[in-house]
Amino acid sequence: MAEPLLSAAHIDKSFLDNKVLDDVSMDLLPGEVHALLGENGAGKSTLIKILTGAYTHDSGTILLEGRPVHPRDTKHAQEMGVGTVYQEVNLLPNMTVAENLYIGRQPRRFGLVDSRKMERDAHQLLARYQLDIDVGAQLDTYSVAVQQIIAIARAVDISGKVLILDEPTASLDQHEVDVLFAILGRLKADGMAIVFITHFLDQVYEIADRVTVLRNGKRVGSHPIQDLDRMELVKMMLGQALEHDEAMRIGKARQAGELYASFRNYALSGKAAPFDLDLHKGEIVGVAGLLGSGRTEMARLLFGIDRPDSGELTVAGQKARLREPRDAVALGFAFAPEDRKIDGILGDLTVRENIMIALQARQGWTRPLSQKAQVEMADHFVKALDIRTTGIEQPVKFLSGGNQQKVVLARWLATNPRLLILDEPTRGIDVGAHAEIIRMINALCDQGMSLFVISSELDEIVAYSSRVLVLRDRAISGELRGAEITQGAIMEMIAAQHEVQPL
Amino acid sequence: MKLVNLLALSVSTFAVMGSGAMAQSGLEGMTIGFSQIGSESGWRAAETSVTRQQAEEWGVNLQFSDAQQRQENQIRAIRSFVAQGVDAILLAPVVATGWEEVLSEAKDAEIPVVLLDRGIEAPEDLYLTSVASDQVLEGRVAGEWLVEEVAGEECRVVELQGTVGSSPAINRKQGFEEAIAETDTIEIVRSQTGDFTRAQGKQVMEGFLRAENGGADICALYAHNDDMAVGAIQAINEAGLAPGEDILVVSIDAVPDIFTAIAAGEANATVELTPNMAGPAFEALDAYLNDGVEPEKFIITESRLYTAEDDPEGEAERRRGLGY
Amino acid sequence: MTRPMRSLVKPQFVALALILLLNWILFPGFFSFFVRDGRIYGSLIDVLNRGAPVAILAIGMTAVIATRGIDLSVGAVMAIAGAVAATMVGDGTPLFIVLMAALGVGLLCGLWNGTLVAVLGLQPIIATLILMVAGRGIAQTITEGFIVTFNDPGLIFLGSGAMLGLPTPIIIMATLAVLATAVFRLTALGLFVQSIGVNESASTYAGLRSRALLIGVYAFAGFCAATSGIIAAADIRGADANNVGLWLELDAILAVVIGGTSLMGGRFSIPMSVVGALIIQAMNTGILVSGFPPEFNLLVKAALIIVILVVQSPLAGRIWYFVAPSRERPPDDRPSRTTATSAEGGPK
Repeated sequence: MAEPLLSAAHIDKSFLDNKVLDDVSMDLLPGEVHALLGENGAGKSTLIKILTGAYTHDSGTILLEGRPVHPRDTKHAQEMGVGTVYQEVNLLPNMTVAENLYIGRQPRRFGLVDSRKMERDAHQLLARYQLDIDVGAQLDTYSVAVQQIIAIARAVDISGKVLILDEPTASLDQHEVDVLFAILGRLKADGMAIVFITHFLDQVYEIADRVTVLRNGKRVGSHPIQDLDRMELVKMMLGQALEHDEAMRIGKARQAGELYASFRNYALSGKAAPFDLDLHKGEIVGVAGLLGSGRTEMARLLFGIDRPDSGELTVAGQKARLREPRDAVALGFAFAPEDRKIDGILGDLTVRENIMIALQARQGWTRPLSQKAQVEMADHFVKALDIRTTGIEQPVKFLSGGNQQKVVLARWLATNPRLLILDEPTRGIDVGAHAEIIRMINALCDQGMSLFVISSELDEIVAYSSRVLVLRDRAISGELRGAEITQGAIMEMIAAQHEVQPL
Repeated sequence: MKLVNLLALSVSTFAVMGSGAMAQSGLEGMTIGFSQIGSESGWRAAETSVTRQQAEEWGVNLQFSDAQQRQENQIRAIRSFVAQGVDAILLAPVVATGWEEVLSEAKDAEIPVVLLDRGIEAPEDLYLTSVASDQVLEGRVAGEWLVEEVAGEECRVVELQGTVGSSPAINRKQGFEEAIAETDTIEIVRSQTGDFTRAQGKQVMEGFLRAENGGADICALYAHNDDMAVGAIQAINEAGLAPGEDILVVSIDAVPDIFTAIAAGEANATVELTPNMAGPAFEALDAYLNDGVEPEKFIITESRLYTAEDDPEGEAERRRGLGY
Repeated sequence: MTRPMRSLVKPQFVALALILLLNWILFPGFFSFFVRDGRIYGSLIDVLNRGAPVAILAIGMTAVIATRGIDLSVGAVMAIAGAVAATMVGDGTPLFIVLMAALGVGLLCGLWNGTLVAVLGLQPIIATLILMVAGRGIAQTITEGFIVTFNDPGLIFLGSGAMLGLPTPIIIMATLAVLATAVFRLTALGLFVQSIGVNESASTYAGLRSRALLIGVYAFAGFCAATSGIIAAADIRGADANNVGLWLELDAILAVVIGGTSLMGGRFSIPMSVVGALIIQAMNTGILVSGFPPEFNLLVKAALIIVILVVQSPLAGRIWYFVAPSRERPPDDRPSRTTATSAEGGPK
């Protein structure tokens, strides 16, 4: 076996009391694609950030070509040879392609930026990636896939030894993925070590040489890909496969109750194609689809954040209209949004205030909840949802992601909703809270609540959904029920478009 | 001696101002352009009205242009006056610099330009003359009145200054100090800025009253403008003292409200900043255009003192009519 | 037990006490007062009386700033309200109608600001800048450029009369401060305003009427500005459209900041903003009675403000935390308004 190019040994990392990496080791060989797998919250991104200098580790060593290194920041790591491309390309959309490739290191002539040379170099550089585009054009005139390649080209050009790709294929179509993989193949042949983070197992088997699986902040194992079959790999990732099976059976055996809310011909141009949607009591409707497939847009319509161009809504047999979220709340709807920090928590306010705000808003400002009622409510939910806080008067911004999510859920449960819309309820939260939230989703459904849950975690969706809607191109492209609900079936439906598209 | 001279002077100009167009046919039928800054204050509005009145009395066809505080508007107005071929131009300049070019154009067209109430930084041959008040003199007239009034008695004066660093504040302070330096019984014990406003005048006076034994130690108030004096008079009243008696009040500008106060015995004297800049300007133009007499480069307007003997009620009424 | 004690020893009170002390050193008669015709006179009363207009502005400004906004137009709105009151009362309109009209105009100005901010989504600083510039012009148009004076005893009473031995502006300020504090604290309005300031989007998602609340808050600021404008006009018995309230928006903002409300929105305290306004006025009054040459006014004021803000800074707070004997969390989250906390809510 060749000498590792980069190796991380016994890395520990904690945020406050929360240990997110526990004795994690990983070797990167020159000329390999190394898939880094794990569920959300397993510690993948923390590990990446440590390797690239964005975080510092508490203990352990990082060796680059056998020498210990201490990357101070991402720039330092880049200079040493470790470059990263993130899922959301972090280039500057309003500058030219050439400028993006050479920003911070522009070729200079007489002290001025030599833009002609810069564009010539840029053109040559991209030619190596079979990309023949106008490098003088603004970056955002190109597709995400092209931007991704530009970002890779930049990272490789600067760093050249190790390339870390964080979910590079999340928003690419099949053809674009093929182009990307061809590029990775060439870089691999040049002797680079490539770390590849993804949720698509097919792609792992297509491109990766070895895999490292993290779970719960610990390394489960590193294996050459040919030694692992899919079942084994999934087990490594999920660990609690049994628990999920159980939950799955609950989801499928569940009998949906009476019709609660019925959206007819709901549409908003550019956001959601006309759709019909019936939500029943005691039912969990799982929603799957790629980024940009219109999942969040649909949730926003259901909660009255955006107003539809057309469509009718009937709730419990009564015609209703949603002009603003307030109307939805009045109807008994609740919505825990995808971006907790921006749309969910009130960071500077206390846990108590965050929990009572929705109920208070529904009651109106003239009828304040008594201090006693507030404290009781907050204490109840802190206990019931096991919210880890130093007290109900702690500002919610100091809580961890999972606990913040629980606070947002508590806020809505306090309003005793009949329809709960959850957009990525388990994104970016630690493993423990993850399982609790899934348990809670099931429990709420058993109590007769109607749930509409959007998630990128297919295993999760499979686990709890009574029905699964698959979205693509801002429309409902298919529905799975009962025994039809499997990850494979969902993926097939999501992927179906790529085969249909060319003709 | 000075006072006598001054009175004589004021009587003569007053006659000119008041008594119409007897010998003033010299400008009859002439067209004169007037570029005014704007109407940012009551005094400015009064200057405009008085200029119009004067033009009527002289039989002048006045072309009026309001620049709304913008120099480019003034330059445009002067160019248009030149193009019309007016006989003379009156200019109240909004700023001191940037006039060379347009004034050269007027000079090339042989149109005399008279500056009103503010000077400019430009070669003196670009304008015929400048008519303005002497701010130091204004302060001195106020001071001399006080010297006369207290006649050797001890007098502790509080001073309400204009906006810190503004030229009227500096000059009016200087003139007053020069006048009271003649005696050693008058002393400025407190001096603060009231920003030329009523509200500040009142608030600062309140502070003075507190600091000076409830006002018992104050003999007189000198305010750099009438507005501050009007505010201060209210403060004196509210402190239970009689303004004009317990505390003498002298200020500058001669706006209508101070005459009302003088009439009520609450203020004692004010020094006029005359809005009649046009009268002396027309006289100079008359002499120059008809008799070829070069006027003085700087014509100083009169700084007349008004007291309770000068028909304050009538003055208040008259001035309100001028647009103060 | 230490909590209520500590809440009295806020840095603002320390600053106010220090400035009053400084005034007393510079002018020994500072704390003396006397009663004449049943009315109290003295420098302390002057501080309250002269501080009232800014304090009233600060009451409205506090609510605006709590929503992470700012209102630059309050000085201009003062001018408009004063102009309306003076012109109408001069025309012989009954005082009650005059006051309703002037306050109504202030409300209208606030509604305009609020609409620009909440409906059109303009940045507050830009939205209110419009009225800051235009408002004075509007006021000048109403007064036709004159200082419109009046002699209506009712209106004058609001500026320089006295009730319960105190100048009327003090009574108005105190009433408004108490009422506003009560409304914000005894209802859920205060929480809603904070919530919008902390995170407007999340507040809307939680079912708050963010737009209506924002508009309401700006309208309230307009109302306060109009109140202040009426007092200022009544004080000098005239509407001076050019000068009334000039730069007072900045004093009001400063008062709010000194009072401990963050420009980033969220937690706010109306009483502390009033204290902030009084601190500013105590400085002004101190400068007046001290006899400093006026050239130093701004320097002295700036120096004192720097000292006050440094004393209140988080760093100083931390030092205070280590120096002070009792064990409490450093004030990284500003003083909570709650007194009752559950067992686990208390400091650990």
